[in-house]
Amino acid sequence: MKIDRRSFLSFLIGGAAGTTLSPLTWKLMDDSAIWTQMWPWTPVPEDGEASYVNSACSLCSGGCGITVRKIDDRAVKIEGMKEHPVNNGGLCLLGLSGLQLLYGPTRVRTPLKRVGKRGQGRWEKISWKDAVSEVSETLGELREKGQSHTAGIISGSDRGTVPRLFDRFLTVYGSPNLMRTSSIIDSYELTLHLMQGVQALPGFDFENADFILSFGSGIIDGWGSPVRMFRANSTWCNTGGKVIQIEPRLSNTAAKSDKWIPINPGTEASLALGIAHVIIKESLYDAGFINYYSEGFEDWKRFVLDEYGPDSVATVTGIDSTTIIALARSFARASKPLAICGRGQGTTPGSLNECTAVHALNALVGNINKKGGIFAVAEPDYINWPEIEMDDSAAAGMQKGRLDGAGSKKYPFSRHLLNRLPQAVNSGEKYPLKALFVAGANPLYTMSDSKAVKKAFDKVPFVVSFSSYMDETAQNADLILPNHAYLERYEDIPTPAGMPKPVIGLSRPVVEPQFNTKHTGDVIILLAKAMGGNIADAFAWNSYDECLKETLGYKWRVMVEKGFWSYPDIFVQTHEKSFDTVSGKFEFAPKETGSLKQFKPVNIEGDKTNYPLLLIPYDSIRLANGVVGDPPFVMKSVDDTVLKGTDVFIELNPKTAGEHGLREGQLAMLSTPVGKARVKVHLFDGIMPGLVALPRGLGHTAFDDYLAGKGINFNELIGPVEDSVSGLDAAWGIRVKLAKA
Amino acid sequence: MSALDNNAKEIAKDAGDEGVTTSSPEINQKEQDNRSAGPVILFFIFGLFASLILGWIIFPKLLYSKKKQPIDFNHVLHVAEVEDGCESCHFFREDGTYSGVPKLEQCIDCHEEIQGDSPDEIKFVEEYVSKGREVPWLIYSRQPDCVFFSHAAHVKVAGMDCVTCHGHIGESESLKIYEENRITGYSRDIWGKSIGGFKKNTWDRMKMDDCAECHQEKTANIERTDVKTPTNRLIDHLIDVVYPGTSKSGKGSSIQTERDACFVCHK
Repeated sequence: MKIDRRSFLSFLIGGAAGTTLSPLTWKLMDDSAIWTQMWPWTPVPEDGEASYVNSACSLCSGGCGITVRKIDDRAVKIEGMKEHPVNNGGLCLLGLSGLQLLYGPTRVRTPLKRVGKRGQGRWEKISWKDAVSEVSETLGELREKGQSHTAGIISGSDRGTVPRLFDRFLTVYGSPNLMRTSSIIDSYELTLHLMQGVQALPGFDFENADFILSFGSGIIDGWGSPVRMFRANSTWCNTGGKVIQIEPRLSNTAAKSDKWIPINPGTEASLALGIAHVIIKESLYDAGFINYYSEGFEDWKRFVLDEYGPDSVATVTGIDSTTIIALARSFARASKPLAICGRGQGTTPGSLNECTAVHALNALVGNINKKGGIFAVAEPDYINWPEIEMDDSAAAGMQKGRLDGAGSKKYPFSRHLLNRLPQAVNSGEKYPLKALFVAGANPLYTMSDSKAVKKAFDKVPFVVSFSSYMDETAQNADLILPNHAYLERYEDIPTPAGMPKPVIGLSRPVVEPQFNTKHTGDVIILLAKAMGGNIADAFAWNSYDECLKETLGYKWRVMVEKGFWSYPDIFVQTHEKSFDTVSGKFEFAPKETGSLKQFKPVNIEGDKTNYPLLLIPYDSIRLANGVVGDPPFVMKSVDDTVLKGTDVFIELNPKTAGEHGLREGQLAMLSTPVGKARVKVHLFDGIMPGLVALPRGLGHTAFDDYLAGKGINFNELIGPVEDSVSGLDAAWGIRVKLAKA
Repeated sequence: MSALDNNAKEIAKDAGDEGVTTSSPEINQKEQDNRSAGPVILFFIFGLFASLILGWIIFPKLLYSKKKQPIDFNHVLHVAEVEDGCESCHFFREDGTYSGVPKLEQCIDCHEEIQGDSPDEIKFVEEYVSKGREVPWLIYSRQPDCVFFSHAAHVKVAGMDCVTCHGHIGESESLKIYEENRITGYSRDIWGKSIGGFKKNTWDRMKMDDCAECHQEKTANIERTDVKTPTNRLIDHLIDVVYPGTSKSGKGSSIQTERDACFVCHK
């Protein structure tokens, strides 16, 4: 039989007929359709038993309660805790994205010891035993040499049991150098101390206030406890409360406020005193409060009336004098007015003058410790540990004085001056820093003048990071002792920033520790036990959990059940007892700070001829700029007029851009006395001419690929400016020049 | 004269000869047809059968990979020991969600120690129970992630029997081989054992049309004239797109829910 072309074609036709009658094509079509519906590389969440765990978020100082949904052993969603006094069911973008930090690639999975050069990223895995003994040996050597004071700690907070354990450790070891990350809270604490004689946190009764005079505070941009602020802002929308936003840039807060008043940057204190001038002149102040409960009003009044007339203030601030007068009248006539300060998210303390001037406005309208006003909130005294017995070397170390100069003759009122540390270490004028612990902070990213901070770190021979994540500071440490992530550990979360009543949140383990990490509280206890002697005696607990349970006492059970401990209501104090100054009254012009003439504007860095423009930072709720950076979900929400690819945009008024020959999207070179950066230009009518605004929270070199290497870290372009009274960082911006790149 | 010219002449002569001898070209064509008709039909049949064998027998073997369950579980043995039938182990949680395949936690009560001497039992206790590892059971009836399926609605509310969808697995003494579709990754039980997609029992297949079929029956007493399976509905919809106005559109886009929402059953 001959197989010719026809037979072959016939075979094919038969094959085609048979294939049509077989399920092959139909089944393949169906399967490929199904395959496209359910791409095999799309992750499918595991099915399992759903449960919820109440805990607290500690990604910022907001202290929100969270409810985490779990499927079997895996946390799958973070929600705001209902009925929580801070956030009542709400949650911010960062809080919602916390699982990406828990399960993400940036976690430090085991104790690490540096092998290569600092910052080179070469590590050796070591056991917890070796890690703890390495630290205890180094500290032991320092102590033997009588240099215990050369050890220091940079901590994110000084409240709550973990920071207090650090403090206790350092004290019994013999060093006064526990330095807290600075913020507007420092300025407020100092203001309350000087004007009211109390050691307390500021608490704002926003929910009951009806006229908010905000001196640049980003009410919906992450100031204070962010979610509480969102809620308060919504309340004002419903109840007719007014928000007046005073800042040089149209921020989200300004855009949503009832009135935005653009002001020359850095002149907020003058405006506050200008408003005070009008209130006093027109006798709109609360005479009852002023006459009975204040001291030094007459001196202050004379000073304000002499120097801060609306016309002179108008020249300084760039705000029309009629606007100033109208503002003063509406503020004083509102039923529950409240003035607040702290630019953006309040991450920099600002000048003390500004804070006292704004606080004086609150005093003028008599809303101190009053519903809808500002409260001095004492920290709940739940941490009562036995007295420590100090040996001679510890006592000697404590006598040396702090390296950052807080509490010194120059800055007697300040408690923490972390901004002064780099300069103190780099100049070596006092004594060197030989061992530095960093916990709950990321100073290499968050402190201004990054270069100087890096230089100071390079001078410290032994740096230990307690970070859960490979952040900038951990990258440059000698040893990393990773803490459990915030969803893996017990910890008390003390009263959030700005709450008018004390609330203690309880962070609870939502999931088992995912890696070979250890609670920092446990590490401190282990370290103390390894050091022996008085140090070990001061830490009688077997574990941190035992310490926490014992410390909280009867509150523990309630906190485990509810997730927080809340004090029943706002402490409405009588004015007779609420001021602890020498006079027992509210001090308008605290004598300790010297003459009122010290009220001078802050001189920012740079000269006008070389640097004709002003650079100011801006904050956004979409950009975390604290101890953690943006997780991928949050990063996705950043607008492409803020960041495009790896380029960050500066905001520039079209007028200023025109003067410099710059167009939208064009590349430009930004130079300040501190640093340089290549940026893109975004034209924005909402920024005053002559200013350049750059977002904070970008330019990370650490964390994951979604964040690292994108944009510029604002702190590389600005240095600290010491406030003459407090020593805190008063810089609100820096002079800058702009050129085509 | 060259050799090349000679060759050319010969070829011309041959052609001339043929032209003379062939009296009728039509007859010649017929003869040729008769000669090749047999092989043509034969090859057609070859092709037909080869492709039928390929499609019906070889293709399913290639399409599905065969996997053995980690432990050969005996349902009969266990059903005899428990009181509540299937729900003793495949229970509903307090929140109404369905627990599915039991976790180690439920097995551990009886199986902390080795019971009997079956090799699977020994393997189960040694490799899973004592190490605290969950058994990676292969689930025959797992629907894809894009499907929301509530056991509670079907079992608790509609009072359906497990057998309706899962067949008589509760009466099995050993677990059958798990066949996984190499393209989609689904269990063969979703498409059904029959490669042609034919089914005899309600539990033979678990595709969307099968959901629809049952829902259609259950809702038959509700007067509806436009009840169609999703596939027919899609065809109707396509006709409607191409020739607008010719097809009568139905009440809702979802037959199962009578609502305009695919997302009642689909994610």
